Amino acid sequence: MKAAQTPHKKEVPCVFGRPPQLPITKIIRLSAALLARHRRCSTPTAALSLPPRVCSLRPESLSCRLSTIYSWHFTGKTKLCSVDAAMATTKPRLSSFSRNLSAVSSSQTPGVKCGPNGTMFVSSGIADLDKILGGGFPLGSLVMVMEDAEAPHHMLLLRNFMSQGLVHGQPLLYASPSKDPRGFLGTLPSPASLKHDKSRDRESEQEKGLRIAWQYKKYMGENQPNFDSHRDNKQDYCNEFDLRKPLERHYFTRQRVNCVGIQDSKNLAALQEHCASFLAQHQRNDGSCALAGRIAIQSLCAPQCEHSNMDWEMLSFIKSLKGMVRSSNAVVVITFPPSLLSLSSTKRWQHMADTLLSVAAIPDEDKELAKLLSGYQDMVGLLNVHKVARLNTQVPFILEATTFSIKLQKRRFLVLECLNQAPVDGSSGSSYGTSGSCSGSSKAGTLDF
Amino acid sequence: MENQNLNLLDRALGLDGPSEPWPLSGRVVLIEDCVETSGSFVLHQLVKRSLSPTSSNVIIFVAFANPFSHYDRILRKLGCNLVTQRDNKRFIFFDMLMLRCPDVDEGKSSEGGLVLLYEKILKTICGLPGDKKDYVTIMIDDISLVEVAANGGSDYVLDFLHYCHALTSEFDCSLITLNHEDIYSSMERPTLILQMEYLADILIKAEPLSTGLATDVHGQLTVLNKGTSHRLGRSGNKIHNFHYKVKENTVEYFYPGSRV
Repeated sequence: MKAAQTPHKKEVPCVFGRPPQLPITKIIRLSAALLARHRRCSTPTAALSLPPRVCSLRPESLSCRLSTIYSWHFTGKTKLCSVDAAMATTKPRLSSFSRNLSAVSSSQTPGVKCGPNGTMFVSSGIADLDKILGGGFPLGSLVMVMEDAEAPHHMLLLRNFMSQGLVHGQPLLYASPSKDPRGFLGTLPSPASLKHDKSRDRESEQEKGLRIAWQYKKYMGENQPNFDSHRDNKQDYCNEFDLRKPLERHYFTRQRVNCVGIQDSKNLAALQEHCASFLAQHQRNDGSCALAGRIAIQSLCAPQCEHSNMDWEMLSFIKSLKGMVRSSNAVVVITFPPSLLSLSSTKRWQHMADTLLSVAAIPDEDKELAKLLSGYQDMVGLLNVHKVARLNTQVPFILEATTFSIKLQKRRFLVLECLNQAPVDGSSGSSYGTSGSCSGSSKAGTLDF
Repeated sequence: MENQNLNLLDRALGLDGPSEPWPLSGRVVLIEDCVETSGSFVLHQLVKRSLSPTSSNVIIFVAFANPFSHYDRILRKLGCNLVTQRDNKRFIFFDMLMLRCPDVDEGKSSEGGLVLLYEKILKTICGLPGDKKDYVTIMIDDISLVEVAANGGSDYVLDFLHYCHALTSEFDCSLITLNHEDIYSSMERPTLILQMEYLADILIKAEPLSTGLATDVHGQLTVLNKGTSHRLGRSGNKIHNFHYKVKENTVEYFYPGSRV
């Protein structure tokens, strides 16, 4: 039996010529093996029709078996039709694991999603961050990322943010204090290819075997089957970015990307001009969403820039930028190193941000931290969420956890994970109160649990 | 006022008495907040109370932080339609988001922008019909951005605030301002915030709980009411402290530990 054939209503797929005597699961396994040979087919479909009297399993449990064993083929498009001898097809019933994604994305504009209170979201480029922030970055908001002088993790966030915009065709304005801002575009990651998605799904399925009770929260969210369609990159709200694969050059056309260097200019007037003209193209006109725009400004108060000691000039620039972006369909991300500003200025910058994040480095080979946290070896850094944008609403967004670990899965994909306490080693003899407790750790100041 | 649901904040501000004369008229209110807990919900609550149908207040809202649509959406959920009020000339909105005093001439122009703003407010008040002139509330959101607009000239901002304060005695209007207290806490001589706190008759401070943020309690409010003078004489300073939880349609205030 080849794939993608709709058998006649009463036809039982004759795999080996003796279907009624073969148990159902064996039929499924054999047909899956056949499908495996046709892996090149991007949307493998198979219609198995089984007469009800043979099928002792209820359709729901049948679909469950299909999903758990052969998830990487059955990607949410499986339909189970109960075929009645008298009728050609009855109402097709969607199987239990197909996800209902209605009203989640705005179908007119790719990459823009409707949110509560009349806001619209664009993705940050990191799926976990979108989930943490309740959808993504709202259009019209200002996102600030506080850098850590010891590690360039803010670049990871910036790269994914910029790549996501380019993949969706959203114009980008990038400002940086480096000599050649355009060169940075060569380091942007590309969306992961389909093959990687499939193998990744399969691996996560296989890992599901053993569940450890003390980390149950990690698996709570995974109860929903991981079948969102990564098939069509352009239509995805948030792409999976492969940090080892550079973004194709055709995305960097001059119309879409404008790079500005801020190192040599005397003050911020030129940058303000660029931002003003960029945002003027994305003015919001009462509900209709034309193309969204993204502005990424890296290290705004970097010391090599002449304006870095003009506190009020920078504040004034941010205030006017914020005023302009509020009435446009764009998101501005600014990264800055707070250690270079006075405490009072840092607070002012923090108050101006709608969404405030900070990244922190993790020291290598820190034995204290390794004892305290699980998965310490894979962690690249920490991400702290201080403030989440509250446009058009007064209700604060309270997060369950505000500190997340930045990990690179397979050294390619950026993921954010909640911090989990490592299990206390009973054999070592140390009591729970000393080595295992969070408050007893010397690093408690930097970590929020 | 009597038949409305009064919460702890209303009582702390003295809004539980008779609504004529307006308890806040001639008084200066300062709302302080920080990055972790925003105090703008207090401002929204005061807008709602001022624009209630039983009172005849007019609000002049000078906004530096958010555009009109933001406040409109929030107040609509709280039960107050700002668009109608704006059409009825009870809510006058000054959008100052793009105000930037040009710093070409260092001293004069920064002042110039704020002087113009003050003149605009004065003109608006004088232009009101006679009966409405006595019940004006000036709200400024927020003062730290006024400083930025004045390019750091906090002296000019103080002058501006003093002039607005003079209006409270001249016209009996009330002045409600919001500022971020954590900006000044690291300064050696935080003149601006100290003077504002001195001028204020009512000080409302929104802080996080010492144990951090939680889903059920969003923070704590401390209200210092510096003596009301009414027919029965002057009453002394009163400090109120309670917790709050902000929701879309309302804000719940409760004493610590009394929430079920």
